[in-house]
Amino acid sequence: MTHMLKTTSLASVLALTASMAVAQQTDLTIGLQLEPPHLDPTSAAAGAIDSVLYANVFEGLTRFGPDGSVGPGLATSWEISEDGLTYTFTLAEGVKFHDGTTFDAEDVKFSLDRARAEDSANAQKALFAGISEVTVVDPQTVEVTLSAPDGNFLFNLAWGDAVIVAPESIENIKTTPIGTGAFMFDNWVQGDRIDLVRNEEYWGAPAYLDSATFKFISDPTAAFAAMMAEDLDAFYAFPAPENLPQFDADPRFKVIVGSTEGETILAMNNKMPPFDDVRVREAVAHAINRQEIIDGALFGYGSPIGTHFAPHHPDYVDLTDISDYDPEKSKALLEEAGIETPIQVKMTLPPPSYARRGGEIIAAQLRQVGIEPQIENVEWAQWLETTFRGKDYGLTIVSHTEPLDINIYARPDYYFQYDNPDFQALMEKVAVESDPEARSEMFKTAQTTIAEDYVNAYLMQLPLLTVAKTGLMGLWPNAPTQATDLTGVTWEE
Amino acid sequence: MLRYTLTRLLSLAISLIVASVVIFLAIEILPGDPAAFMLGVNAQEDTLNALRDQLGLNGSLWERYASWVGGMLSGDFGTSYTYRTPVAEMIGERLWISLPLALYALALSTLIAFPAGIWAASKRGSAVDVTVMGVTQLGVAIPNFWFAMLMVVVFAINLRWFSAGGFPGWDEGFWISIKSLTLPAIALALPQASILARVMRSALLDTLSEDFVRTARAKGLSRRQALRRHALRNALIPVLTIIGLQFSFLLAGGIIIENVFYLPGLGRLIFQAISARDLIVVESVVMLLVFAVVIVNFAVEIAYALVDPRLRHRR
Repeated sequence: MTHMLKTTSLASVLALTASMAVAQQTDLTIGLQLEPPHLDPTSAAAGAIDSVLYANVFEGLTRFGPDGSVGPGLATSWEISEDGLTYTFTLAEGVKFHDGTTFDAEDVKFSLDRARAEDSANAQKALFAGISEVTVVDPQTVEVTLSAPDGNFLFNLAWGDAVIVAPESIENIKTTPIGTGAFMFDNWVQGDRIDLVRNEEYWGAPAYLDSATFKFISDPTAAFAAMMAEDLDAFYAFPAPENLPQFDADPRFKVIVGSTEGETILAMNNKMPPFDDVRVREAVAHAINRQEIIDGALFGYGSPIGTHFAPHHPDYVDLTDISDYDPEKSKALLEEAGIETPIQVKMTLPPPSYARRGGEIIAAQLRQVGIEPQIENVEWAQWLETTFRGKDYGLTIVSHTEPLDINIYARPDYYFQYDNPDFQALMEKVAVESDPEARSEMFKTAQTTIAEDYVNAYLMQLPLLTVAKTGLMGLWPNAPTQATDLTGVTWEE
Repeated sequence: MLRYTLTRLLSLAISLIVASVVIFLAIEILPGDPAAFMLGVNAQEDTLNALRDQLGLNGSLWERYASWVGGMLSGDFGTSYTYRTPVAEMIGERLWISLPLALYALALSTLIAFPAGIWAASKRGSAVDVTVMGVTQLGVAIPNFWFAMLMVVVFAINLRWFSAGGFPGWDEGFWISIKSLTLPAIALALPQASILARVMRSALLDTLSEDFVRTARAKGLSRRQALRRHALRNALIPVLTIIGLQFSFLLAGGIIIENVFYLPGLGRLIFQAISARDLIVVESVVMLLVFAVVIVNFAVEIAYALVDPRLRHRR
């Protein structure tokens, strides 16, 4: 992390001396673009809920660390049976929910059973599909039985959708979230902010900050103004990359450039002509100049990818060469496929700027080889209905933000409609494989398979751009999951 | 007067009924499923169905319309799909920002426009008149969101007199809240004041050339006395019309300004609700705004009658 943050210059020393004159700051006001619709992370897909509450207010049995690794959370240790079917979790002792009720094995059973129930509204219900039974052994021990071995099970339990909630407080969770975390929910002024205060009874290492306020500012220009006016101490996932040089040059601020789990792709409808022909998909891939898109849509932040895998993952293989920029090859491939150019295709673009700006650039690049995208700008709700569910599109741009989600290519009814039985078999094998080396090999094969089949055109890994005051330490530079973990955040002394 | 009031009330009721049907149909045919939006790309079909049932989205169009209108008539605006709180409560909270903001802006606009318009009219052709006309021309031409950003740069970023936006909540203190509404109110008021001042001026000039003003002057009143006693009252009808329209606009039209200053008002609410397909919130807020516009128009029409006795006795 620190290699990104080294900004020790004369200016920051000055700022340091200035800040020593006044009392040490112990609170934090941090900006986010999206406001959570409600405060129950276990019943909505909205990432904004996790952005505020994950790790701060709610905890799961396991949890994500800043590097995306999975470590112990409310479960301090676990044992996995020989056959990989039974997980026995030992729970932390002396843990209390914020309303004073005790956390024990019954709460774990309640939370997991609720998430996988028939009428569950959990947006990631599939995470819990493998659980066949949850048994309370004693107040500090829970046994979870799976119907088949699952190499991802501990990873799944670290998701925000798998946090532990209590039956005593579940009724009002959407407005008054009661968790076990280092911060307690204090106040929500809808449309403006959420206030958290430190949980003095926290079972683990206490938070440094006394209180934290999340401010919601959706407009990029307003976000810029709020930072510049120092109404905010930090803005997580800053929405206006074009303004970052200004912050970089200002000694009051620092810019933290990190990575997200967002593989940004130009998805192609693999069942719709002309994209049902692999040669056409390959032509699209070669027509795209990734660096132009990164420069134009993300102002130079973001790294090119050649497959659906995060570059910071240890198993990542650099396959950008398979789909290098080569418009002449594109034209030849289109001719070989018998496509009469110019050919018109439908391109739907959801609201984020990477899609809208990126879409314009890609459309211009595709026109060079004779593909004429008809751009249709849509809202998310419409995108979900017509593009994602209705599959009425030729091309679309979207960032897939779930961690380790290459398995979506094993779903033939997924919106890009890639149907490869070999790939599906491979994903079935990886799901039950628990040997790390064998898993690593399988992931590498999977990456190569989809890159060589040109399922989609792989553009770039979405960056995480954070602006913060110079003295603020401990923000996660990367986003292995949607979270703004403030438990380790502190002001430089 | 009674008959006049009753016919106005009847047209008010008809407007509301027509509006409710149009709003409901327009919003229901928008593509996009609220449940799919809430659960995202990994949602399973059974989860989606469970949620649609919870939200009451599986009923027929007429069932949903009837339950919406029926609920509203009994004061129940339903429960927001995404926020899961009663819509009436949400609107109430947001209204406490949008309504004071609209009133604040309207007050500023009137306080600037009346003196400016009257002054310009009373000194027609003078340097004052030319200045007022020039400045108001500029005020009409400048987009208010641009003016808002300019004020943020000057007063929030450089001078640090105000914060760049946000609203602390009335609990935090009256003056703090008023202060946070000041820049947005000025941004909203500027074009309105310009329009109003121009309308005021031209309405006054029109009446000043009427016979009864000449008569008033002939019986010995000074130009200023004739203006204040006779012309002003007669010039108020177009001005009132504009004020009524402006109030509705300020209440409903603050969306852009609320975004620039990230104020959690009605405009932001409706903007968020549309993109999240929180249909019940959109329908209720739009209906409320229609209601406000209709009521304001009604009030303006009643005010005409108060200002102008001829209307009271007209058949």
